Amino acid sequence: MIEVKDLHKSYGRHGKANALNGITFTVKKGEIFGVIGPDGAGKSSLFRILASLILPDSGTVTINGFEVIKDYQKIRQIIGYMPGRFSLYQDLSVEENLKFFATLFNTTIEENYYLIKDIYQQIEPFKNRRAGALSGGMKQKLALSCALIHKPEILILDEPTTGVDPVSRKEFWDMLDRLKEQGITILVSTAYMDEASRCDRIALILEGKFIGSNTPQGIIDDYSEILWSVIGGKMSTLLSVLRNHPKVKSSFAFGDKLHITVKEGLQTFDLKQYLLNKGFNNVCIDPIQPTIEDCFMALTS
Amino acid sequence: MNENVIEVSNLTKRFGHFTAVDHITFNVKRGEIFGFLGANGAGKTTAMQMLCGISLPTEGKGTVAGFDIIKENEKIKRNIGYMSQKFSLYEDLKVWENIRLFGGIYGLSDKVIAEKTDELLEKLNFQHERNTLVKYLPLGWKQKLAFSVAIFHEPNIVFLDEPTGGVDPAMRRQFWEMIYSASDRGITVFVTTHYMDEAEYCNRVSIMVDGHIDALDSPSTLRSQFNTESMDEVFRQLARKAKRAD
Repeated sequence: MIEVKDLHKSYGRHGKANALNGITFTVKKGEIFGVIGPDGAGKSSLFRILASLILPDSGTVTINGFEVIKDYQKIRQIIGYMPGRFSLYQDLSVEENLKFFATLFNTTIEENYYLIKDIYQQIEPFKNRRAGALSGGMKQKLALSCALIHKPEILILDEPTTGVDPVSRKEFWDMLDRLKEQGITILVSTAYMDEASRCDRIALILEGKFIGSNTPQGIIDDYSEILWSVIGGKMSTLLSVLRNHPKVKSSFAFGDKLHITVKEGLQTFDLKQYLLNKGFNNVCIDPIQPTIEDCFMALTS
Repeated sequence: MNENVIEVSNLTKRFGHFTAVDHITFNVKRGEIFGFLGANGAGKTTAMQMLCGISLPTEGKGTVAGFDIIKENEKIKRNIGYMSQKFSLYEDLKVWENIRLFGGIYGLSDKVIAEKTDELLEKLNFQHERNTLVKYLPLGWKQKLAFSVAIFHEPNIVFLDEPTGGVDPAMRRQFWEMIYSASDRGITVFVTTHYMDEAEYCNRVSIMVDGHIDALDSPSTLRSQFNTESMDEVFRQLARKAKRAD
């Protein structure tokens, strides 16, 4: 279990962009907790404090009963941490990296092999290749294996799937589900909103503060805007025409459609007529249910 | 206006016994936003390096911006823009110094650079960050600046290698709106991404599997070809066929 209370952190001269401004939350044992936010919102600072790598200015963090500052040595035994930037030894082979991390924690690859088997098997054919020569997806798998080899109780993953293709990302999350089943608590940050939906609970972080923390469904239930999807013609022109409509509050591309939020009183029929008058054809406007990404857009804009 | 800015046929690159790119053939039109998709390790980066004149093909031929990719690769470098998620700007230089450096590399005069720098900073609403070291900019800002720098010399075509990796949804959309406006000005955009919603923003996309191009068309045509409503599913169906380990 992770308990974070009123965490503050600033970095001197450039502190403003990276500070944590009073973060409080709890992660239960065996839960996947996602932290989602724009770059520079404080995600990495938060994770580094939890991993005992940097000190907070104030506030407390306890992980499974250990205090992150006082008991940092104990903390490091029970957490597995995967930093945002690939930080394994590029000049060591896949197997050498794994062996190194196992040795650091007084264990062996064999002892905890069952825990990493799923993941490691996929890169084992390349165990003699230098880590620096691996592709993006393989690097992530090796980094996760290294973070798991000492059988941690808590996994802290800082944007583990950035730069990873959709298929490998899904595999990665399937692995997280299996680790969760083994009772491992997982704290993870991501910029992919489809991954946010796979967490038990998520928190949106903005300028060092949590601006919403709930189950993915709870976040969606709290959405209060009137949301429509729009298709019809060239996306960039449609975007700017919609933004000039006085009753359209926001307008963003969502895949092959636009999602817009509108003021009360506007009817889909009126807007359709407006677009037809502006020369758009085959206009189609429908009220829709929000996704996590819509919630994110509403909360950050 | 249908002239091709990229034309390649049977482009192939081998490293020893490994064929990273295996006889790919395609064209890209002027002003088009062309999405170049594929799983990690499918050969995208290697293909892109050949198109940018950084790496010579083992087999095949082609032209980029009107120059031969084998005989005139140096000219290609001068006539394209390039930006990647991994490297695009010098972290220890200030915002204006980065612009100055890249402008100079592409042969713009001091006067032009000075004028265009003001213009650019104003457009990005970046005036107050002129003297900030790039490493202190949030990633999303950095990417917007990097893109502007990549097209600072008004190239015919700009190559973007995962420009929005790790960038949040709001910033990604701002970035794509910059891509639209570049494309409206006639700059061809060649872009790789792992976000399938971004694939929808392209005029056409190709999907690479094990060094081949296995699909190439507009997103809507691909969706109906594969009988699905999402590009995500198109990608999954194709990537599942991959034999090459990631």
